[in-house]
Amino acid sequence: MSAVLEVEAVSKRFGGVAAVRDLSLRVEEGEILGLIGPNGAGKSTVFNLINGVYAPDRGRIVFRGTDITGAPPYRIARLGLARAHQIVQPLAGLSVLDNCTVGACFGREDLPLEEARAAAREVAAEVGLGTQIDMPAGQLTTAGKKRLELARALSARPHLLLLDEVLAGLNPSEVEQMIDIVRGIRKRGVAILIIEHVMRAIMSLSDRIVVLNLGSMLAQGSPSEVAADPQVITAYLGVAEPTQDAGHVS
Amino acid sequence: MTAMATDTPLLRVEGLQAGYDDVQVVWGISLEVARGRMTTLLGANGAGKTTTLRAVTGSIRPRGGRVVFNGEDVTRLSAHAKTARGLVLVPEGRQLFGDMTVEENLQMGAYCARARRREAQQMEQVYTLFPRLKERRRQKAGTFSGGEQQMLAIGRGLMSAPELLIIDELSLGLAPVVVQQIVGTLQTLKDSGATILLVEQNLRLALALSDYAYVIAEGRPVLDGPSAEVGQRPEIRKAYLGL
Repeated sequence: MSAVLEVEAVSKRFGGVAAVRDLSLRVEEGEILGLIGPNGAGKSTVFNLINGVYAPDRGRIVFRGTDITGAPPYRIARLGLARAHQIVQPLAGLSVLDNCTVGACFGREDLPLEEARAAAREVAAEVGLGTQIDMPAGQLTTAGKKRLELARALSARPHLLLLDEVLAGLNPSEVEQMIDIVRGIRKRGVAILIIEHVMRAIMSLSDRIVVLNLGSMLAQGSPSEVAADPQVITAYLGVAEPTQDAGHVS
Repeated sequence: MTAMATDTPLLRVEGLQAGYDDVQVVWGISLEVARGRMTTLLGANGAGKTTTLRAVTGSIRPRGGRVVFNGEDVTRLSAHAKTARGLVLVPEGRQLFGDMTVEENLQMGAYCARARRREAQQMEQVYTLFPRLKERRRQKAGTFSGGEQQMLAIGRGLMSAPELLIIDELSLGLAPVVVQQIVGTLQTLKDSGATILLVEQNLRLALALSDYAYVIAEGRPVLDGPSAEVGQRPEIRKAYLGL
């Protein structure tokens, strides 16, 4: 297998806080890699480093053989790396279709408008927004906005999709639907790196899991391996007697 | 205390449903808090702990279910009306008045009429529990360390003369040595007969402190039982790690 994404010994500090420390990870082609960790572990910062919102202080990020370290987000998006954000910000006055078209226009392929619109229409249907393409995005329900965020990213026809908490705020049946959509995306050959708090979902979706704690990798492996890892259990469940050397609290 | 008063739980939550706008977070949580005991509500990030507390204390309205406090249905009451009845929240992230002194923050806690009558007595108790607050009573709260702020937030809660003190995220953001100090104080408070509902992400810590525990995941109940037993149950790992 070859890697779609290689993060090599990356570090990022904010003032006195080491948000990410010497982190290395790979996303293989066609893989769903889950990124988990307690609050403040550095998960969103890792996403921000990968898609160029922040430049790392140290280390290297390689996407499909191209060094993208420090490149701006729009250029990284053009290479085929798209992101669905935790806090959705649709263009509220534009229709669902137009929102997706914007995604298609600034994605991997430099599509003419009509083709971008066709691609957008296809993606909107795929995420279950087919009957709402003319609705202003601002009128969608929370679940609808989550789907739209995913559709916008997917319209860019990415090789790698970063999913940040796409299940947050969904009810159980919406969660199940979204899981099926994500599985469908992977089936078409898109690699996925996902952050998720709904643990049951991320454990069942992911081929592999990377566990972050205090900005560093705590463990990686199959979902069942990491769930049985004593260090992971301590990071999640805490310790009864906090002591000076029990670790820092983020 | 009569037998009746001892047997009925101070707080009973039945089938609580709560959320924000079109997002429902809590899907049928029930729990009881016995008088004079420490009960804990546990669950991973995003499980719905804080939303449960908000609905119980009145900062959001429950969408379904019932909240019974001291034998009275308080489901629809606003937060200040609940505080006036002694249902008191120490909020996550302390939420102190940074430009006020320690003493002024404490006075704010005694704002409601019932608490105002007992202000001097309550302040004495707070200063006994937290001598550090007494030493610094003229200092502004905003200049305090995280641990001192948490002490002050608990102190302000005590100033409201609570029948039930609810503490959201006791240890969040605090260094382990500071957590240890605050845990000691809670133990003292508990030994004095206070009724406490503790929400805490550090499961092992909460189980070690409390008498009875409820675990929730994705806004629904997972299990409950005496804290010592709950710690041994395999469902715990599943609730936190999904496997």
